[in-house]
This record gives sequence, C-alpha cells and structure tokens, in this order.
Amino acid sequence: MTLKRMLENWSDYRKQDYYEDEPYMWGMSIDLNKCIGCGSCVTACYAENNLPVVGKEHYSRGHSMHWMRIERYWNEQDGDTDIDIKHSDYPERGAHYTPMMCQQCNHAPCEPVCPVAATYHTPDGLNAQVYNRCVGSRYCGNNCPYKVRYFNFFDFFKDVAHPLEMQLNPDVSVRTKGVMEKCTFCVQRIRSAKDAAEDEGHRDHIEDGSFKTACQQTCPTEAIVFGNLRDKDSKVKTLWASHEVELDRFEQNKSEDVRGYRVLEELNVEPCVMYLDRVRDTEA
Amino acid sequence: MSDYSMKDIEWAKINKDVLASLESPRKEFWIVLAVCMLLVLCGAAAEAYQYNEGLGVALMNRPHFWQLYISNFVFWIGMSHSGTLLSAILLLTQADWRKPIYRFAEAMTLFSILTAAIFPVIHLGRVWNMYWVLPYPNERTIWPNFRSPLLWDAAAITTYATSSVLFLYVGMIPDLAICRDNATGWRKKLYTTLSIGWMGRASEWMAFRKTYVLLACFLVPLAVSVHSIVASDFAMSIMPDWHITSFPPYFVAGALYSGCAAIITLFVLLRYVFKFEEYMTTEIMDKTAKLTFAIAMVWNYLNLGEYASIWYSNDMFEKEVLLQKFFGPYHWVVWGMLLCATVAPFAMAFKKVRHNMWGMFWLSLVLQLGMWLERFQIVSPPLASNHEPWTWSVVWPGTVQLTITVASFGWFTMLFLIFCKVFPSVSMYEVKEMVFHRRKASSRTDMEDLNEVKDNMIRTEEGLS
Repeated sequence: MTLKRMLENWSDYRKQDYYEDEPYMWGMSIDLNKCIGCGSCVTACYAENNLPVVGKEHYSRGHSMHWMRIERYWNEQDGDTDIDIKHSDYPERGAHYTPMMCQQCNHAPCEPVCPVAATYHTPDGLNAQVYNRCVGSRYCGNNCPYKVRYFNFFDFFKDVAHPLEMQLNPDVSVRTKGVMEKCTFCVQRIRSAKDAAEDEGHRDHIEDGSFKTACQQTCPTEAIVFGNLRDKDSKVKTLWASHEVELDRFEQNKSEDVRGYRVLEELNVEPCVMYLDRVRDTEA
Repeated sequence: MSDYSMKDIEWAKINKDVLASLESPRKEFWIVLAVCMLLVLCGAAAEAYQYNEGLGVALMNRPHFWQLYISNFVFWIGMSHSGTLLSAILLLTQADWRKPIYRFAEAMTLFSILTAAIFPVIHLGRVWNMYWVLPYPNERTIWPNFRSPLLWDAAAITTYATSSVLFLYVGMIPDLAICRDNATGWRKKLYTTLSIGWMGRASEWMAFRKTYVLLACFLVPLAVSVHSIVASDFAMSIMPDWHITSFPPYFVAGALYSGCAAIITLFVLLRYVFKFEEYMTTEIMDKTAKLTFAIAMVWNYLNLGEYASIWYSNDMFEKEVLLQKFFGPYHWVVWGMLLCATVAPFAMAFKKVRHNMWGMFWLSLVLQLGMWLERFQIVSPPLASNHEPWTWSVVWPGTVQLTITVASFGWFTMLFLIFCKVFPSVSMYEVKEMVFHRRKASSRTDMEDLNEVKDNMIRTEEGLS
C-alpha cells in the first residue's frame, strides 16, 4: 500500500465498523447441554487441518497442537445436594465440558500486537493467521485470553514416516517450526463454498448449511452450529437471537432463563462463538 | 608560578594513570576476559542448538510463550538506563562528582543495549525473518504493524543504541586526542582516526561543549521513552497483571535502580582492576549510593502503588494473579525480590555501609539479583495463571534458556573489558576540570594565575584564526 493510496482513502480507514456492509460474518453456537465430551470434534480437527500428533512427552510439556480442545471443569461442592467429587470413587464424574477453540473475536487482542501483521481481520469476520508472514514473536499467544493459539515449537512433520504424509489434507498448508497457528473456522471449506456459490451466480449468499466445519460435521449430538451471522434466516443467527446474545456488547441485556453467553465477553473482545449454558440436575 | 608547574605535573599524572589502564591491568583482567569468552561460546552453542531444533528446546510452552528471554531483555535494557542518568542528567544538573565515573557508565549503557538487543532476536520463532519487523522498502509494499509494541521496541532500541554510541563517542574525543599523542602502532592509527584532528583550541572546546549538552538534552527524554515502550510490551496487552497503567514509570524507576546498582558493581571492580583508587573515591561512592537509595525508594513506592491499585480495583483476574504471585508456585521469586530489592537497600541508609567498598559491591549484587527476579516475576506468574484456568501451568526455564542467560552476562562483561582496554575508561579532561574547580574553591590566588593562562589561550586562539 503506497502512502498516496493511504491518504486518498483516509476517511475509509477512519470509518467505524469498516466491514459493516460485508455479506458475511461467520459465527458459531455450541450447546453445552448437548456436548457429551466425546472428543470427536477434536479428532476431526486433527484430520482436517493437518495438526501434528506430538506424542506423550511433548504433550506433557505443553507443546500440544489441538486447535480444538475439550476443557473439563468441576463445580466446587456447594452444600449437600452437589456432587462430592473429591471423596467419590469416580472423581471424573459430573464434569462440565467446554469445547474451546479460537473465538474469532471481532476486537481480537491478538491482532494489534503482532509486529508484522501476520494476524489480521478478514472482511467476513475471521481472525486470519498468515503462516508465511509469521516471525514467531508469540505476542499474540500471550495476549489471547482464551489461550487458543498454538505455536510450532518444533518441526513436528519433519520426521513423518513415508506413507503417513499421504493422509495430509492437500487444501491446508503444513506449518513449519516457529510459526503460530490456530482454529480458522475451516477457512478452506468457507473459501470453496464461496467459490461454488459464485460459480452458481450468487456473490453475496451462501445457502445456510451448504457446508460445515469439520467439528460441526463430526459432532454426534449436533451441539455445534456454524453459519453466517449476517444471514437473518441462518440457523446460527436464529439461535443467537433466541438466546438474546448480541454482537457489539460486553454485557448482555438478557432475561434470566436464556442460556446463551459468550466466554469472557466482559473483556470486550467480541467473540463470535456463543455457548449455551448447561442445565443440570444435581440430585440425579 | 612555582605552584602552577606543580599542578601541571599532577595533571600529567592523571594522563599517566588513565593511560596506564590501557597498558597494564592486573592479571585478573585476563582471567575474567577468558572466562567471559568461554561463556559466550557456551551461549552461542545453546543458540545454535535452539535454532536448529526449534524453540521447544528452551522449554517454553503454551501459555508460557515468553519467559527468561523477555525478562532478560527488560533487565538489560533497564541496566542501560543509569549510564544515561549519570551522564546526561547529572551533566545537565552540573553535578561535579559524576566526572570520574561517567565514562564507564556510558560504556555500560551501550553494551547493555547490545546485550538486550540479542534477546528479542533469539526469542523469535523464525529468527531468519527478523528484518520483517522493520519498515524496509520492499517490492510487495508490505508494512509492519505500527500498532504493535514490539515494533516500537525495534525502533526505540535502534534509536537508543545509535544515540548512546554518539554520546559516548563525542564525550570521548578530547581524551582520544590525549591517547593519540601518547600512542604508537595500531593504537596511534585508531586514535588518530577517531579523534578527528582534535587540537584543543578554544573554538573546538566551545563547539564540543554545545554538542555535548545538546546530545544530553536529547538523550534524557529518549531514555525515559525507551523504557516506557518496553513497559508497553506488557501494559498494552490485556493480560491480568500486565495491563497496568503505572507500568511505564514503574519500569523507568526499576531501570534506573538496577542500572545504579550495576554502576556500583563496576565502580568497585574497575577501581580494583585498573588501580583507580585516587579517582574513584569513597566520597563519590557515597553520592552514588545515596542516589541509588533515593531511586530504590521511588521504585518501592511505585511497586506498592501497583499492588494497592490491583487490590482495590477488585478485578477478579488481577487479584487472582496477585495472590498467585505471593502464595502460588512462583512465590519465592516474589518474596526473594522483596527481600533483595525492597529490604536490602535500607542498608545504604548507613554511612558505614556506603563507605565500605567491598560491602557496597556485594550489596549492589544483591540489589541486581532482586531486580532480575523482579523482571522474572513480571513475565512468568501472570502467564501461569491467566484468564483461562484450563491452561494454568507452571514452567521453570530449562538448560538452554539458563545457558543463554549466563552467556549474556559473559557477553556484556567481555565487551566492557575490551572497551576498557582500548579506550580510557575514566574521563581525563573532566577529572582535570574537577581538580581545577576543587582548587578554585580552595585557593583564590592560584586561580588568578590560571584565569590568566586561560585568557592567554583564548587570545592566542583568536590570533591564530
């Protein structure tokens, strides 16, 4: 970008909500009531996005590369009615499962801190990571409140035994050491769906449900819903509306009974993933 | 006039003593230099290993994306600050006692920056692409991200390094001329080139004075801004206990604090190794210690202020990190810091301690240890207990990180020792000035003589031009 062009378009750059008129804003909804913590979304993500399986030793050192992970939390015991996990024979019983991946924040904290602008916001609301541009300062990883950015501490694919490299997805690049990576909302699928729609002649509209992310496709209980938040009739938009979760807020004005919330939205990072709270019967 | 010639001899002695430091240091000098070079080799080996294998060998992980490299970076940048303080600020405030010690403090500034500049480079995942951080002209017209504090860092460090070299060099020109007049062989060639034809004319002195003061005026705000920018690396993030408004002044105070402690360490070492006992006197140590004490108190105030503002803000995340700092897995780092950097400086309140050279030496090492721990507790504990409890983990730096850390001390000392061997580490002309002013204060009659000589010099100069 030359300085001249920058000055000519100065008012555009100063505009708030620069991408407001874009036809797409990709978003997600995850129903924790439906999530059974089976981990199939995690497996699907490994297969789709060429994630390295790092092995036990690296995993225990915190070098794992799972773009999607199932977090488990247990309630502190609250009175007699709650489950006493500490003294139970089955201490893992009663965990809350939270599938956690990049929340594609609209005010992403990782974006302004990258010295080489390797991570930036796409017009369709994705938080993109340009592997080729990344120099590996890892500031984005530090500044991510969800800690869903994964750094290639080693060249994990260097020593893959011969036939195994054939299983890699040709649509997704294999990352080398020293590069940051994270969930892309399966951007390769989004791009090919966009191309297909353009071939059919509609530039601004992809039919809802015409493609799925890998995790959504694999989820046995259909807890994950993905789609275009700018499309009023899409399933994900309907879910967001019915659970009274809105963008552009750091605190939701919602009624007591609805289950929708966004993780850490009070940090004003504008995540594009809505979670639906789990309702549980502790006396069961 | 008889008195006057005696003074001449004394001034010649200053030259002789300082020039001797370029020739015959104690034997320990060579031993220390050899050890330092060995350390640098070890560090280079560790870096080569890390370069080939990937950053994982440094045992950083997620969420500990940053660790010792960044805390060392902050430590060394901090160290560089008091050279500027002693030299520039005390020059502008006309503090006489800075004169025998400012030269090596300035050299310390420069070499700390050169050490600090290594760390942001080796901590990159893809070191070979580091020049992408700079806004260099390229055919694809890609800019770096001007919003990133890391970019500001790159700009600030290069500016600071350049200005420090200039300041050090300009202040050294008259001394380089003295060296030139006494040197032979390669030294003669080196000093002749560097002293750019300095003859000691009055007009030269006037131009020199102006340049030097101007550079000092430029350097003081620059130094403050550099460490504020380093503080922005943390303050501009949204991490609990990094996102703190008072970080820039806190970092600047901490920088001056650890830098002053480093000056005391080198003060005692140089005094011993180069036999500078007559120049680096107890009185000067006393003043330096008082300055360090004052800065230590400012730093403590800001540190306690930070704790208080976190506590009363009642922010859930910040408070949790603060509690984890004091009672969590990194608790001994924080308590160690408080012991070394908050409690220990109170020893300097006593004159007996301030006047004990080797006592001050060990105390200054304790203060620096405290400040080093402070940098570690700024970087690591907030990463260990961040917003996302599932990722909480504790990681201690591994062998590679520790080796490079130790090597950085070797690198710094090596550069410093080589500097002291090649360039005069005590400013000869400023010490002479100091002696002159002291005499001026003690006896009026001699002064008249000297003033007459000065007037004659100016008259001759006018006659020449």
